[in-house]
Amino acid sequence: MEGEAAAAKPKGRLCVICNQKRAALKRPKTLEQICRECFYAVFEEEIHRVIVDNQLFKPSERVAIGASGGKDSTVLAYVLSELNRRHNYGLDLFLLSVDEGITGYRDDSLETVKRNEIQYGLPLKVVSYKELYGWTMDEIVKLIGMKNNCTFCGVFRRQALDRGAALLKVDKLVTGHNADDIAETVLLNILRGDIARLSRCTSITTGEDGPIPRCKPFKYTYEKEIVMYAYFKKLDYFSTECIYSPNAYRGFAREFIKDLERIRPRAILDIIKSGEDFRISTSTKMPEQGNCERCGYISSQKWCKACVLLEGLNRGLPKLGIGRTRGANHETSKSIKQRNGTTDSIQSKQCGSLDF
Amino acid sequence: MTSFRLVGVISIVTLIRSFKMLMFFCLFLRGGLELLCDSVKIHNVDLEPENGEKQLTMKHLLSWVRTNLIKERPEMFMKGDSVRPGVLVLVNDCDWELSGQLDTTLEDKDVVVFISTLHGG
Ligand SMILES: [Zn+2]
Ligand SMILES: [Zn+2]
Ligand SMILES: [Zn+2]
Repeated sequence: MEGEAAAAKPKGRLCVICNQKRAALKRPKTLEQICRECFYAVFEEEIHRVIVDNQLFKPSERVAIGASGGKDSTVLAYVLSELNRRHNYGLDLFLLSVDEGITGYRDDSLETVKRNEIQYGLPLKVVSYKELYGWTMDEIVKLIGMKNNCTFCGVFRRQALDRGAALLKVDKLVTGHNADDIAETVLLNILRGDIARLSRCTSITTGEDGPIPRCKPFKYTYEKEIVMYAYFKKLDYFSTECIYSPNAYRGFAREFIKDLERIRPRAILDIIKSGEDFRISTSTKMPEQGNCERCGYISSQKWCKACVLLEGLNRGLPKLGIGRTRGANHETSKSIKQRNGTTDSIQSKQCGSLDF
Repeated sequence: MTSFRLVGVISIVTLIRSFKMLMFFCLFLRGGLELLCDSVKIHNVDLEPENGEKQLTMKHLLSWVRTNLIKERPEMFMKGDSVRPGVLVLVNDCDWELSGQLDTTLEDKDVVVFISTLHGG
């Protein structure tokens, strides 16, 4: 890869699609060298194909874009509003953001989302942890410390997005999860032996049985291309890490995926393919879905995860509901035993990004 | 540096540059990498090519950046003698994977952009 490229200066390399302009990047998916204009065209067209082939939307649907201000959701908002116009999807698009209440992090990224609201002409709805749960992340961290706070982040954010989507009365919620994210999640679910999640995490649409289905139009889109697209198009996104502890285990999986990608970029699509091809054996019991007795949110337990965590916070026992019965660090769970006697594993993507 | 551009200074700088063959580069750190350099996103640097050569490779530039620009957590930027996987590099707005990555040769006034893809979502 490096050897053959080393010979020529970039100036001499022509785009393999149009054969006219200077190539600007090497596509990880196909290894083609293409120019900027051809890149925009294939990037957008591939996402359009994914949307059409998987029938992600129906005309006149209301669709919320989970917007964190980060690269993925910013590019998603831009491309989706572009495709909606170009191909007459007939969608009503909205931006939906969650304000976790993290000083100096979320305030800044929310400013980015507010600029996107104007730049792309999409109405924005912000739901906050404070108004939904009575607690900001800053307050939670003050109480429980830096460890385990991502559990709160992940559980609360997921539910906050659903509640925001309900307030907007949308039919669907789309998130910016990209191919790298999904490959990483496949790997993590294998490492944790979580077969139920393994088969679910590659689905392009999830929660069709719940109130608001979620879909991932970037399922096959490489992170490298998303970042290149944002760079060439000069899209305005926010890229600071969350100040609260990231998930170290996920960090290792991420690094491993990136190392594989450098050696063989196809690896990312192949891992997704492997995840898709896993089928749940009948011996693995899938949890039954019901509703939380306290708040009515979808839950396989008596109380939903957010209510269990909130109960702990409000009673001054913040460790309640944290920890898992399975997984990497076989630590004994301090969670209250719930209806079916097991506790589900709670995991979240690192702060600043949206959960599955 | 530009604020000192009096006529005399310019000629001296020009003299030194042609004498020592300093090369000028403009480096951009994006996508969170600027946090490793006191949040400074744009760095104008002068570098001297090794043993009097007229050009310099990305490998050389990277080791210079690591020693001179990165203030904290170098492992977020580098792995071995290259950038960490997940950090994109563009030389004059062209993906360095097209120009030989570490073997890419740089010329005077080239613009090099480093973008981390690893922050946020
Ligand atoms: Zn082209
Ligand atoms: Zn978190
Ligand atoms: Zn509940």
